[in-house]
Amino acid sequence: MNISYGYSKIILTMILAMCLRILPLSSESAVYNPDWVLLVVIYWSLAVPETVGIFTAWTFGLFSDVLTGQLIGQHALAYSLVVYICLKLHKRIRQFPLLQQEVFIFFCLLLSQLLLFLVKNLLHPAQLHSTFWLPVFTGTLCWPLIYTVLRFVRLAQPVQK
Amino acid sequence: MAVIASVALLIAGQRTQQIDLLRAALSFVVDPIKYLVDLPSTVYKQASESIQSYVNLKEENGRLRDYQLIHQTQLLKLEALEKENIRLRALLENSFKLGEQVLIAELLSVNMAPYEHIVVVNKGTRFGVHQQQPVLDANGVVGQVFRAMPLTSEIMLITDPNHAVPVQVNRNGLLTIAVGSGQINKLLLPYLPSNADIRPGDLLITSGLGGTFPQGYPVAVVDEFTSQLNKPFANITATPMAKLDRNRELMIVWSNSTPVPLITKPSTTDSTPNSSP
Repeated sequence: MNISYGYSKIILTMILAMCLRILPLSSESAVYNPDWVLLVVIYWSLAVPETVGIFTAWTFGLFSDVLTGQLIGQHALAYSLVVYICLKLHKRIRQFPLLQQEVFIFFCLLLSQLLLFLVKNLLHPAQLHSTFWLPVFTGTLCWPLIYTVLRFVRLAQPVQK
Repeated sequence: MAVIASVALLIAGQRTQQIDLLRAALSFVVDPIKYLVDLPSTVYKQASESIQSYVNLKEENGRLRDYQLIHQTQLLKLEALEKENIRLRALLENSFKLGEQVLIAELLSVNMAPYEHIVVVNKGTRFGVHQQQPVLDANGVVGQVFRAMPLTSEIMLITDPNHAVPVQVNRNGLLTIAVGSGQINKLLLPYLPSNADIRPGDLLITSGLGGTFPQGYPVAVVDEFTSQLNKPFANITATPMAKLDRNRELMIVWSNSTPVPLITKPSTTDSTPNSSP
């Protein structure tokens, strides 16, 4: 596959994920909105670990921080740690059936949310509602969708001339 | 490596303002995404405006002209009242702040973090917006500029749990602080004793203390007062006047930080600087 073509796919899906992240939803449904950027980063780091590494995850973490208006660095920290685990385990995770992958994704998202929680708690404690943890569950439920869509995107061949 | 870098960034971001430069640089990449997400609602709004019928537009035009007339006549009185206020304050040897400039900013319909009440508008430092500026709408105080970036700026609403606004009761001048509750239609007044002179229906206006919000803008209406006998403070809730969840146009205010100079003799009031904005 052409290298630049692969990059453009990754960047396009990341932009789409960032759009989904800040989609204007009502305040009731917004708490269910999962961390799309992290899900897409996890997928790419499992699928093409030689292109999407810790540095990419860290960069998109910074974008995510600015996008959601948080203190710079917290998403970067969470994403790079999660992607580090993904890179270590990617050969095994790829062999898993979808259900087992979901368990793995659940723990990844939980780790990320836990790190965000720790940072936020250090800054201004006891302000977070329990709905803060909901995106972990919805994110896990969204994984099969992400997996199939991105797999389709990854394996789609460029149009032949 | 990345962990060290992000921890360093976290610490630096909390301690210093230098990191804002990095944020501004990154925002040039991220802000177009915000505009992209906002695009459908903008297109919808413009489309619905352009296919409105002639009759509707004419009707609306007439109604707005009536409003304009009413407001114009009220403004006539306001100027006289302002002058009178300056004179009276001069008698009390009190300074008075006047003259505010506004910039109309439009909300971008994006959703940042669900548990924080922060919204994004389409005016940034390019238009001279800076941190801590008060933001109003036609009905009352909306919030303050939390972070200004080149293309957009983030506004913290008064209902954010981390936000507090110094207020006074319009009826008797009782001073207190209104704290955000985390719900879009509720403010809390946690620092008033159980015997405070406050009742449901009282209008709360900004007191001007703290320096961020200019004095005299409506903030909220008290809607519940329950005194807790076993606790030192009463349980009071209020509803914000501004339509926080509906408005698309907001006004960012530059308040004139230098007060109108004290006037020693009431007879020399004619020489005061003209205070029309």
